[in-house]
Amino acid sequence: MSPVLRTEGVVKAFGDRVVLDGVDVTVSQHEVVVLIGASGSGKSTLLRTINLLEPIDDGRIWLAGEDVSDPRVDVDAVRGRIGVVFQQFNLFPHLSVLDNVTLAARHVHRTPKAEAEETGRRLLERVGLADFAKAYPDRLSGGQQQRVAIVRAIATNPELLLLDEITSALDPQLVGEVLDLVAELKEQGSTILMTTHEMHFAEHAADRVVFLKDGRIAEEGPPAQVLRDPQHEDTRAFLARFRDR
Amino acid sequence: MSHEPSAVELERRAYRRGRSVRSVVVAVVSSLVVVAAVWLFVVNTKGWAAAQRTFFDPAEAAKTFPAVLAGLWVNVYVLFFAAIGVAVFATLLAVIRTLRGPVFAPLRFLAAAYTDLFRGVPMIVLIYLVGFGIPALGVLPLIDPRILGGVALVIGYSAYVAEVLRAGIESVHPSQRLAARSLGLSYAQTLRLVVLPQGVRRVVPALVNDFVSMQKDVGLISILGVVDAISAANIAKAISFNYTSFVIAGLLFILLSLPFIQLTNHLERRALARQQQGAVV
Ligand SMILES: Nc1ncnc2c1ncn2[C@@H]1O[C@H](COP(=O)(O)OP(=O)(O)O)[C@@H](O)[C@H]1O
Ligand SMILES: [Mg+2]
Repeated sequence: MSPVLRTEGVVKAFGDRVVLDGVDVTVSQHEVVVLIGASGSGKSTLLRTINLLEPIDDGRIWLAGEDVSDPRVDVDAVRGRIGVVFQQFNLFPHLSVLDNVTLAARHVHRTPKAEAEETGRRLLERVGLADFAKAYPDRLSGGQQQRVAIVRAIATNPELLLLDEITSALDPQLVGEVLDLVAELKEQGSTILMTTHEMHFAEHAADRVVFLKDGRIAEEGPPAQVLRDPQHEDTRAFLARFRDR
Repeated sequence: MSHEPSAVELERRAYRRGRSVRSVVVAVVSSLVVVAAVWLFVVNTKGWAAAQRTFFDPAEAAKTFPAVLAGLWVNVYVLFFAAIGVAVFATLLAVIRTLRGPVFAPLRFLAAAYTDLFRGVPMIVLIYLVGFGIPALGVLPLIDPRILGGVALVIGYSAYVAEVLRAGIESVHPSQRLAARSLGLSYAQTLRLVVLPQGVRRVVPALVNDFVSMQKDVGLISILGVVDAISAANIAKAISFNYTSFVIAGLLFILLSLPFIQLTNHLERRALARQQQGAVV
């Protein structure tokens, strides 16, 4: 069976600046892959190219065996198969929590309203936010908003979840509740490619860690190896900054 | 579980109640004093008796009221259809102006030229041009002047409203589009479900302002020979040489606008309450 995601030699440049310089990443089903790397190393750009929010300059991207970097693919359909959560939540402020969660199901996947709302309520219940279904996002704390954003991303059963520094905008005491939810998604078999600066979390939850340096993969492997016993000079230097804290 | 207010809180509440009663009394009394002063001044002017006869004649008012009111319905339904036309056409213009990409450059340019041009043309000129110009071309069959007047209003007001809507659309943060597209929503769905609802909400006061202004300008269709409230008033004046009918028409137009002004106040309060959750700062 083909992996859920495979990128091959992905190149992305902004003007003269090459931000991704031939990136090969594979994510198999039920696998959690954590991307680490310094700020500006291209992590967000990689996630955005996978979701086709950013056109690539070379290479190929396969989603479940289908070449989605082909300009003939229906980009909206591809995005509908991938769930994304951003650092800044980006909930829709004019829609209630439940409407945020059911928007894609109803308008992209054409699920009947009643059915979409039932799924939405069940998921909100599971993350402990059932009471907020009718509330608007501005009434929620940061941690609650981010959990809603995650529920919104998984509400349509995506094949792949992309999480980009989803705890970076949160107060330290709220980080836990969001990461617990990610761990739970992993338990339930979600396939996840995520970036984070939470090395403890990466160590426990990741199946594989990928270290990105200046748009290239410098090192990858199981967390015990990459995080505990890094082979590459750059990986050591990067991790040392976290050890110091 | 109910909370038993402390003595301090009870005292504070009594004080606040006292304050609000006092401010209502002050507001009423000061308003009455101002109105009385203006009234006394006007009534004591030299020309008041003549002015009263020409503009505020009760008998003339009673006589002309039915005709003016009947004319007002013409204004109301021309306004109704013209407002729908403006909503559709202005949204289209605004959306065109916010399209990205070189493919749309000619369209964007046309829309920009349109809004710049028609915001500059006085409404009365537009009404003459459309109302008399189109029939003069002789290519179209005879068109009801009420339709021509409505079309002129749509042409003129769409230019204003499109600019207001465009400002609203552009005020929605790009990350909202990004989030919508990443869910798989198409460009058009993103616009309809995410960008427009937020953008329009922010410019509701400006939109209602334009609507109320349009409601006045709908009276200009009288120059095309449409028997609306203004024409009816004019006909009555021609018979009696008394302007009371125009005052009646003016009052009716004010009454017409009140519900919409109330509506915006209500919408704004509701939006404020939702955003601020309690305290008004
Ligand atoms: N739209 C853009 N235009 C120009 N440069 C960009 C754009 N997006 C990202 N970059 C640049 O690409 C580099 C990688 O950014 P990013 O992928 O956000 O890094 P990371 O997420 O690892 O911190 C940065 O130097 C950033 O300035
Ligand atoms: Mg980033």
